[in-house]
Amino acid sequence: MSRIQEIFKHKNSNVLNVYCTAGFPKLDSTLEVMRALQDNGADLIELGMPYSDPLADGPVIQASGSIALKNGMTIANLFKQLKDFRKEINVPVILMGYMNPVLQYGFERFCADAAAVGVDGLILPDLPQYEFETEYGDIIKKYGLDFIFLVTPETSEERVRQIDELSSGFLYAVSSSSTTGNEKDFGLVEKYLQRLQNLKLKNPVLVGFGIKDKQTFASAAKHANGAIIGSAYIKALNENSNVKVATKEFLHAVLG
Amino acid sequence: MAIQSYQKPDDKGYYGKFGGAYIPEMLHRNVEELVSKYMDIIYSASFQKEYNNLLKDYVGRPSPLFLAERLSKQFNTTIYLKREDLNHTGAHKINNAIGQVLLAQRLGKKRIIAETGAGQHGVATATVCALMGLECIVYMGAVDIERQAPNVARMKMLGAKVIAATSGSQTLKDATNEAIRDWINNPTDTHYVIGSVVGPHPYPDMVARFQSIISEEIRWQLKEKTGSELPTHVIACVGGGSNAAGAFYHFLDEPSVKLVAVEAAGLGVDSGMSAATTKLGSIGVLHGSKSIVMQTEDGQVVEPHSISAGLDYPGIGPLHAHLFDSGRGIFLSATDEESVQAAFNLTKQEGIIPALESSHALAGLHQLNLTDKDVVVLCLSGRGDKDMSTYMKYVDAE
Ligand SMILES: Cc1ncc(COP(=O)(O)O)c(C=O)c1O
Repeated sequence: MSRIQEIFKHKNSNVLNVYCTAGFPKLDSTLEVMRALQDNGADLIELGMPYSDPLADGPVIQASGSIALKNGMTIANLFKQLKDFRKEINVPVILMGYMNPVLQYGFERFCADAAAVGVDGLILPDLPQYEFETEYGDIIKKYGLDFIFLVTPETSEERVRQIDELSSGFLYAVSSSSTTGNEKDFGLVEKYLQRLQNLKLKNPVLVGFGIKDKQTFASAAKHANGAIIGSAYIKALNENSNVKVATKEFLHAVLG
Repeated sequence: MAIQSYQKPDDKGYYGKFGGAYIPEMLHRNVEELVSKYMDIIYSASFQKEYNNLLKDYVGRPSPLFLAERLSKQFNTTIYLKREDLNHTGAHKINNAIGQVLLAQRLGKKRIIAETGAGQHGVATATVCALMGLECIVYMGAVDIERQAPNVARMKMLGAKVIAATSGSQTLKDATNEAIRDWINNPTDTHYVIGSVVGPHPYPDMVARFQSIISEEIRWQLKEKTGSELPTHVIACVGGGSNAAGAFYHFLDEPSVKLVAVEAAGLGVDSGMSAATTKLGSIGVLHGSKSIVMQTEDGQVVEPHSISAGLDYPGIGPLHAHLFDSGRGIFLSATDEESVQAAFNLTKQEGIIPALESSHALAGLHQLNLTDKDVVVLCLSGRGDKDMSTYMKYVDAE
């Protein structure tokens, strides 16, 4: 059983996954941020690999990625930073990024290196189902990595079921069909999540996009196994350069 | 295995190893809707009738095929110019804009978005939206807004909202990112009119089909003028590659016809300020398809440079990547300087002021060892009105 599956075995509600950008705010903040997240109650960490053209992200996350790239963040650097991270961090870690840098690094080499340092899963929003099934899925599985697909309110029931079959770890429910950081009516989100809940899927569901505080976390978590916070945490890091303090205050506000 | 036509991608949108639909799930339903409906809609009788009527009476097609005698003499060959510059709005882009807006209407979409580089695609889309009474939003890089001011004014007068893309290099690539984000955020009522043969399947195929009118006309026009439908060379500039795809389309499976694509070398291929994608790029994924992409070792897309806003793009469409990879196409590049020279030369020889983009195709003529036996068709994709301020800088410098 993977580290991600382990988490959901012990905890099937209010699971909190927090997104952070590798190499942000400083090139070598990566581990400090991850430690702070673990220490303050994050159940999983989604570590974003910065990219010049992050189509599925909103402006806040893109801006953090631009800073990380200016700081000199690369995939090769990231694996160096992560070399010994399992000595101190035991929460599951998922790498989130885009196909182009991964292809350039070498898809198989990427999976091998990720698995070797102790990464648990991948989110690559622009890796489509067809290419996953015909080319890349086997490589991901070969290295024992979970692969997390996205679903949206526009995803048909039939397709949700197919995606659920292909995913492992959890399903990433996009809470409104929007790039991350957008705020939409939460009532609609709840209806959508209820629909997903009724499908009795094989994977747990985490709700992403638009979760920013105690209240939105609670309503998202009501109809799912938990939620993912991204832009709101990056904003907190933008506002307070002390990673430890910023993370502590932010997560206490969400979980407290 | 049967020999595949160069014209058609496979049912997943691949030309050889290039193409596909590398899109986030948020775009899946929209793209899937296009995939499942575009062929039926665009080949329906009612669509064809409306499309062809508009091309004829609104755009002014067929565009002339003009024998450029003095230019021919300079190169000791026979050169015909396919006059896409004479289309309404001044470039080939309108062929595709009309097709996609008609398609969007039949899909019940109320809101049209587009990206633009030189502003020609933005103007074309804004024009068709004005004609049809549809809301139009155009994303344009902040740098391009600056250097293509006349087109920005035209879009505004046509009632379009022009939104500046201020991320990254603030050019076509970034405008495309912003347009895709808009589409993600507006998943039901919006159609994204992509302006070139790029993007996820089915866009490259769909845009190539809408532009294929260019080579359809060239065939019969050339037959009228020379007795043969086939030239020895077809030459076009390549930004994303839509005018080239249109000019090549009905010659793709005619091996005797050399297909020549000219990319923008900027200040020189090795200057670090270039947009010559096939010279500098490697296989990658950009804006939803696998193709050749200019990128760093770490897979970050680089900021290209060309004097021509329409060619200032770090990728090419998957059809062209396949033509390059398979050797079916000849890929050349022309610098800023060579292209400006070629523009002045055409103006002097033939009284035609070309767009900076098209000037790259003209500059490419120097690199082909043409003879008096050759018959060259050059796609003059657009007119130079929008580029007058750039041209005037050269006049003033002299
Ligand atoms: C006149 C003209 N030619 C060519 C292009 C390049 O586009 P494509 O390569 O898709 O034909 C543009 C783009 O703006 C243009 O305006």
